[in-house]
Amino acid sequence: MRAYLIRRTLQAIVVLFGVSVLVFILLHLLPGGPAKAVLGLRATKPAIRAFDQRYGLLKPLPVQYLAWVGQLLHGNLGFSYKQNQSVDSLLAEDMPRTLVLVGVATLLALAIAIPGGIYQAARRNKPDDYVLTGMTFLFYSMPSFFLGTILIILLSQALPVLPSTGPTAISPLFDQIPNLVLPILTLTLVNLALFSRYMRSSVLENMVQDYVRTASSKGASRPAILFRHVLPNALLPIITLVGLSLPGILSGALITESLFNYPGMGLLFWNAAQTDDFPVMLGTTIVVGVGVVVGSLLADILYAVFDPRVRYA
Amino acid sequence: MPLQPELALGPETFPDAGEATRHDRPFRLVLAVFTENRLSVLGIFVVLFFVLFCFVGPLFYHTNQIQTNLGIESQSPSLHHVLGTDDVGYDVLGRLMFGGQTTLVVGLVVALLATSFGVIWGAIAGFAGGLVDSVMMRTVDTMLAIPTLFLLLFLASIFTPSEPLLILVIASVAWLVPSRLVRAETLSLRSRQFVEAARAQGAGTPRIIFRHIIPNVFGTVAVNATFQVADAILAVTSLSFLGLGIPPPAANWGGMLSNGVNYVYSGYWWQIWPAGVCIVAVVVAFNFIGDGLRDAVEVRLQKR
Repeated sequence: MRAYLIRRTLQAIVVLFGVSVLVFILLHLLPGGPAKAVLGLRATKPAIRAFDQRYGLLKPLPVQYLAWVGQLLHGNLGFSYKQNQSVDSLLAEDMPRTLVLVGVATLLALAIAIPGGIYQAARRNKPDDYVLTGMTFLFYSMPSFFLGTILIILLSQALPVLPSTGPTAISPLFDQIPNLVLPILTLTLVNLALFSRYMRSSVLENMVQDYVRTASSKGASRPAILFRHVLPNALLPIITLVGLSLPGILSGALITESLFNYPGMGLLFWNAAQTDDFPVMLGTTIVVGVGVVVGSLLADILYAVFDPRVRYA
Repeated sequence: MPLQPELALGPETFPDAGEATRHDRPFRLVLAVFTENRLSVLGIFVVLFFVLFCFVGPLFYHTNQIQTNLGIESQSPSLHHVLGTDDVGYDVLGRLMFGGQTTLVVGLVVALLATSFGVIWGAIAGFAGGLVDSVMMRTVDTMLAIPTLFLLLFLASIFTPSEPLLILVIASVAWLVPSRLVRAETLSLRSRQFVEAARAQGAGTPRIIFRHIIPNVFGTVAVNATFQVADAILAVTSLSFLGLGIPPPAANWGGMLSNGVNYVYSGYWWQIWPAGVCIVAVVVAFNFIGDGLRDAVEVRLQKR
């Protein structure tokens, strides 16, 4: 167990280093170089020189990289000249809102996908299994903004029960519950499509294992086999699945937030991309990348805690 | 149905070593299992339909897809314009054909590029092992850690989008998954007898990778490539929605759909649904094909 955890953690550290190098490369790919990208295309020569001097951009690349990482490690993600605010403070406002959206939508999707997967596996190749599989395929194959638009058409136009825009940034999220429903529902369906195909096949895979035959030859009933034996085994990989799906979930959040004008990190990133606000883009990318690496590390550790096969392997 | 591949296939075959050869009978098995899955066969027909619709359709249904005509903007469907016109006066049905060409081409070319690169990367990493493998695979992990859309949006905002560039940008993210799959298979293949046999006969590393390893991962790769087409079409669509698709007068379904979404409150349904339905139909079709292929390839592996 300890050896596995150490190896896995070291790997995560290497990937974190990789993420920082990747973003550093992106920084240098920016049109006109970092100074122009940050200060704007109309920046004067002295301003650019002062900027280059201040951030040590005239030094060799490895030195620049170290200085830049040093800033990151001190929690300084840069400054948005476009919004005249530090990237840290922008993210501090928007990140909690994204966490609410992503967290609630992921939990809801799991709460539906797990029983759904068991039901589908139990009713394998029956008409209702086909219908559910078909729906999963449909959601999986639908651009998320199209899915969101259909929900708007259904639930705020045909049946005008919900507002079609997300919450505003001015008042606290939980004062605006009706505005939260459609964004959360959209992302839930997107995540559901990611999870339920997997859940069904995970249950099916376990149902043909030897331990199921043993249990049934000892006289265990079908529900007992399903819930006492198959379910715990089929559930375990879900932890890994959530870890692996994190990037996909965050991409979904980016689209959902853009469609509903939901003031989270995705919308922040999208607006920054449209106004060439590169410091915000770089800062958000770093935070999202670190989040994914740490998230999947936690998922793997949890998995090792629950599954002795990993612990002793 | 010939479930058991025949054993005596020719002098070059060593069935025990489990290498795929050019006289691969199991191909028929793959085909048999694949056609058993009705949804996959349906998928093939849907894709064929759209290829004809987009590439042959314009020969019969003539529309002007270059010049805008604001005099007839956003007209509802009529005999003149079967699916109405969009907000700058393009005929929607004609534009579906025209835009579908781009969408299909982008999807297929991305899948081809990403798969080829991913296969080579994964095979080299898996075969080399050691430090080379670690460095190559940690690079993949790093790129996978940043959610695709964030990376795509970043690249698309640095480079001005055009069709070839968009293909490169999407492919530059899409190769990661096939490279992982191929590496995993290469790890198990490289210790097989046929690799040893090839080496004993004096084959060099490049020859072993390209002539022996890569043909053997073909099944896995073909399955993944099919899903890649679906994913690439969704990626162009998402980028179009985020405002970084291909600029007009070029068209693609994603651009049409995201443009139509702006008119969701005006009730211009014909600017939303046709493009949306086309995208979903093609993506579902490729996913069905991929699923059928996967089952077929898995059966081949089990029966081998």
